[in-house]
Amino acid sequence: MEKIIEVQHLSKTFGTNEVLKDIDFSVNKGEVVCIIGSSGSGKSTLLRCINLLEKPSGGKIIYKGKNILDDEHDLRAYRTKLGMVFQQFNLFNNHNVLSNCMVGQIKVLKRSKEEAKEIAMKYLKVVGMEQFINAKPRQLSGGQKQRVAIARALSMDPEVMLFDEPTSALDPEMVGEVLKVMRELAESGLTMLIVTHEMGFAKEVADRVVFMDKGVIAEEGSPEQIFNNPAQERTREFLKRTLQQN
Amino acid sequence: MELNVIVKTISKYWPMFLRGAGVTLYISTIGTIVGFIIGLLIGVIRTVPVPEKGIKKFILKIINAILSVYVEVFRGTPMIVQAMVIYYGSKQAFNIDMSPLFAGIFIVSINTGAYMAEIVRGGIVSIDKGQFEAAYAIGMSHNQAMINVVLPQVIRNILPATGNEFVINIKDTSVLNVIAVTELFFQTKSVSGINYKYFETFFIASVIYFVMTFTVTRILRYIERKMDGPENYILYANQMQVQTPEDAVRKNSDKR
Repeated sequence: MEKIIEVQHLSKTFGTNEVLKDIDFSVNKGEVVCIIGSSGSGKSTLLRCINLLEKPSGGKIIYKGKNILDDEHDLRAYRTKLGMVFQQFNLFNNHNVLSNCMVGQIKVLKRSKEEAKEIAMKYLKVVGMEQFINAKPRQLSGGQKQRVAIARALSMDPEVMLFDEPTSALDPEMVGEVLKVMRELAESGLTMLIVTHEMGFAKEVADRVVFMDKGVIAEEGSPEQIFNNPAQERTREFLKRTLQQN
Repeated sequence: MELNVIVKTISKYWPMFLRGAGVTLYISTIGTIVGFIIGLLIGVIRTVPVPEKGIKKFILKIINAILSVYVEVFRGTPMIVQAMVIYYGSKQAFNIDMSPLFAGIFIVSINTGAYMAEIVRGGIVSIDKGQFEAAYAIGMSHNQAMINVVLPQVIRNILPATGNEFVINIKDTSVLNVIAVTELFFQTKSVSGINYKYFETFFIASVIYFVMTFTVTRILRYIERKMDGPENYILYANQMQVQTPEDAVRKNSDKR
């Protein structure tokens, strides 16, 4: 299998707090990887390090055979290849739904307005938000915002989609609509890296599940292996705790 | 107060009041706009992320130091003193002969710029970090994120503060009479020097000042509402995707 992104010996410290310790990790083409783990285990930081919203303290991030951390120049081109979906949506408040999905295409990918609009409409249809293209973000519900955010990321034609707890800021009844969109994307063969607390979703959609604990990857494997037959004691502990809550 | 004195003063000296009000409005409008632009530039420069090393960091540090000196000095001294120093100082020390009007606009502009710089910086800092992150995440540079995402929101948010500056400028241009700018206060002083009716003459001036500031406030409120856009949006049925909302509205009104 072809590796799209490979992370080697990645570490990240905030002051004296070591959030990520010597992480080795990779994402293969067409794969859906779910990262699970308790709060503060470093899963979001890992995701944010991968698209360099946080600058790693050490290690390498290899994309297409090149270490992205070596050369500032490739940084922005690299980021366009990663679609990011945030917990807090982060839609551009001054743009309406359509223009949220167009501005990156026009300014970064230098597409024409017509082309950008066509592509934006295509993905807004995928997420079922094509009716709302004139709405401003403040006029939408959380689930709608998140679906637009997914369309915005898809409009850049990324090779990998990164999801940073996409449903954690949503009301329970809106979680479903976002997960439905993500499920469809996963089925379409898109490469996805998802940080999530939705164990059921991870179990169902993931090709591989990564369990993080205290800044290290404690265990990784197929969903069956992680959820039904975890090798590590701490994985078992974590799953017991979260499944009890649900 | 005698009403007939007011009426007489107005009917006799209205061209002077009008010219004074015109100059006041002219100086404060240009001054506010130029000051706004200065403030925007400085606010943007002061929030550029500092590179970790290299010559760029050094240059940025020097520029920031100069800018904060500018802001502190012009916020920390009265405009009336600045007017004297700049107008007479430039004449005596550098032999630059500015017209009072130009000097007035210059002083109001850089004074407003100093205040606006801090207002803009505050506006940028108050924008949610997520807006920057989302822009970076789709590959935008810092400048692209600023121009396309952050500044439009900042400008909307600081409009009330800008209106405040505008109103203050309309009133504070009166201090420019010390360098003989023929603005409203200067003209009023001249009129009262002729007719010796200080109370009535200055009462007229106060009314004119109030009308100007009130009008400006209303206009700015209107612009704010315009920028906020409509409260409602039109849902699109699938086959109507090529329409703009304006088209839809027009079509609906045609049917009626």
